[in-house]
Amino acid sequence: MSHDIHLHHITRVEGHGNIVLNIREGRIEELRLEIVESPRFFEVMVIGRHITEAPHITSRICGICAISHTSASVKACEAALGITPSDTVVLLRKILLNAETLQSHILHLYLLVAPDFFRVGSVIPLAKTHPDIVKRGLRLKKTANEICRILVGRHVHPIGMTIGGFTKMPTQKDLQEVRKVVEAAIPDMEETVRLFEGLEIPEFNRETRYCSLRDENEYALYDGRLYSKDTPLTEVNQYREFITEEVIEYSTAKHVRSGDSSIMVGALARLNNNHAHLLPEAKEAAARLGLSLPCTNPFMNNAAQVVESVHCIYDSLRLLDLLFEKPHSPASLGTELNSVPPKLTRAGLGVGVVEAPRGTLYHEYGVDERGMIQSVNCIIPTAQNLANIEKDIRAIVPMILGLPKEEIERTLEMLTRAYDPCISCSTHFLEVKFVE
Amino acid sequence: MKPKIGVFSFTSCEGCQLQVLNLEDELPALLGQIEFVNFREAMSEKGEDYEIAFIEGSITRESEIEELKRIRERAKVLIAFGACAHLGGVNVLKNFHPQGTWLPSVYGRTDLFSDTIPTKRVKDVVPIDFVIPGCPIDKKEFLRFVQGLLLSMKPALPDYPVCVECRSKGNICLVEEGKWCLGSVTRAGCEAICPTYREACAACRGLVEEPNIESLCNILMANGLSKEEIQAKFNLFNGLEAIVIPP
Repeated sequence: MSHDIHLHHITRVEGHGNIVLNIREGRIEELRLEIVESPRFFEVMVIGRHITEAPHITSRICGICAISHTSASVKACEAALGITPSDTVVLLRKILLNAETLQSHILHLYLLVAPDFFRVGSVIPLAKTHPDIVKRGLRLKKTANEICRILVGRHVHPIGMTIGGFTKMPTQKDLQEVRKVVEAAIPDMEETVRLFEGLEIPEFNRETRYCSLRDENEYALYDGRLYSKDTPLTEVNQYREFITEEVIEYSTAKHVRSGDSSIMVGALARLNNNHAHLLPEAKEAAARLGLSLPCTNPFMNNAAQVVESVHCIYDSLRLLDLLFEKPHSPASLGTELNSVPPKLTRAGLGVGVVEAPRGTLYHEYGVDERGMIQSVNCIIPTAQNLANIEKDIRAIVPMILGLPKEEIERTLEMLTRAYDPCISCSTHFLEVKFVE
Repeated sequence: MKPKIGVFSFTSCEGCQLQVLNLEDELPALLGQIEFVNFREAMSEKGEDYEIAFIEGSITRESEIEELKRIRERAKVLIAFGACAHLGGVNVLKNFHPQGTWLPSVYGRTDLFSDTIPTKRVKDVVPIDFVIPGCPIDKKEFLRFVQGLLLSMKPALPDYPVCVECRSKGNICLVEEGKWCLGSVTRAGCEAICPTYREACAACRGLVEEPNIESLCNILMANGLSKEEIQAKFNLFNGLEAIVIPP
């Protein structure tokens, strides 16, 4: 059997990409996951700009994970400048990362994945056939957006996050409002677990190297060291020993490896590495979804996103309790760094790493003594998954070759979509054409 | 007949599209009034029978020029959607570096993706009918715009500066505090969201019709900024706008 499959501009993913697959006599002759998103050259844009501008500029790498980019950026700036943010600031940033993880996972699960399970082309027909489901998804998305609005003005390109803290520190009243918003989302979150309990997940397993941050005390999103089961725990500023980037001719996003292995990052990788630190409600959700960990089925990344969404809701309540316990210290107020040309600068190199919704996100800046950026490196989660998605496609194709071509296309798009690729970030995505 | 809308994304972060999806309360009703026929971030169906095209992103590749021209031929109304499409946005920052340095600094080689070109605004390539400004767009402004379209009213943007909205909110002025802010020359309509969160306005919505650049520069220089620093602030979103800092 011979197929030429060209999925040109994969849909319902964030960005532009293609899958090219040529099969001759049941063997794969050619397989490429092409990333054709226009390169944006952020690593050039930021050169020569003042370090205080880096969080606002690099937030514009991605509208969906703007909080993650801003968080990695402020952390890298702080590392370069030798600034330690207060505990209050860190707690607030963790709530914001939880909110973004929730917003991103819910957007993916309800608007991009759910149409596959109900066999419709998009959320728009789904809104006609299953309006309650779509409205619930939108309510949960709004929960996350409201948290961001209250704390930093908005989710898409957060305003108040800055080096050292926040330009406008939230008040106790703001935090109470956040708590109300989070608590109100619990029933919808429970219904979400119930919805995804019933969804069929294709049976496909392939072990790979799962990479994420790891923290001794909690489920790591904001802080920690770099971890995979096969490598020593690595400090974030030593990240080049943990992963390597390579340029691939057909992809405007680079590929990433750890040693000789392709890697998987994101919700499933984090759960595989850090499930012991999940809150009880999230562990219960994992059990109900049939997600026994560790899990080597990439399609289960969707279930992992549900589990993390539950965790993010309850973890935000936990963090809010901690914030209510301590009074806000004046030192936690946003610094004046981004006002007039700052005095607080020194030459340095700083690395900032967080877990973005789709996986580990690295920012590194080198600055001179005037605070001007001289070198930049950003490594984006989707770029880290690309080599692994190709390997999954290579492994699954022989299992599905007997299926009608529409089913092959659908399965490959679902597999790719399970990784929730965010291609604007990694530098877009799929249409399949068969030639028989 | 519901108007048929296409949302097209060029070089951007896709955050402006997301702002449309962020209209959680209004989205179900909106879908009763308009029909999306092409919206790749949200749907698999791809129609070519759109009347209104929203263009997100700047133009940074030769291939994007052809694609945009093709959309312009099909659409009756074409809207530059967000700062990248309207002004070039942050994508213009690369234009300040020699073109020969772009590929080596990101990919370490020059033989790939060589159709990359200096960043252009949408209006540099095709005629545009309207602008929805901002980085990102303001979702309420998008709603007002669509309401206008449905009522066949020509949507208008405010031609007063962000300062007006900022003052009416009772914010403390950042410039009076000795800091920088471009709100006095920037087109309003964002409810002064950045200064309300105590962050400077960086003019992501573009300038008002007759901006008093000179007066603003005098104040900013008195606040300790050099001409180069002021120029750099304007370049954040308006690098193609040829804003002249007076001597």
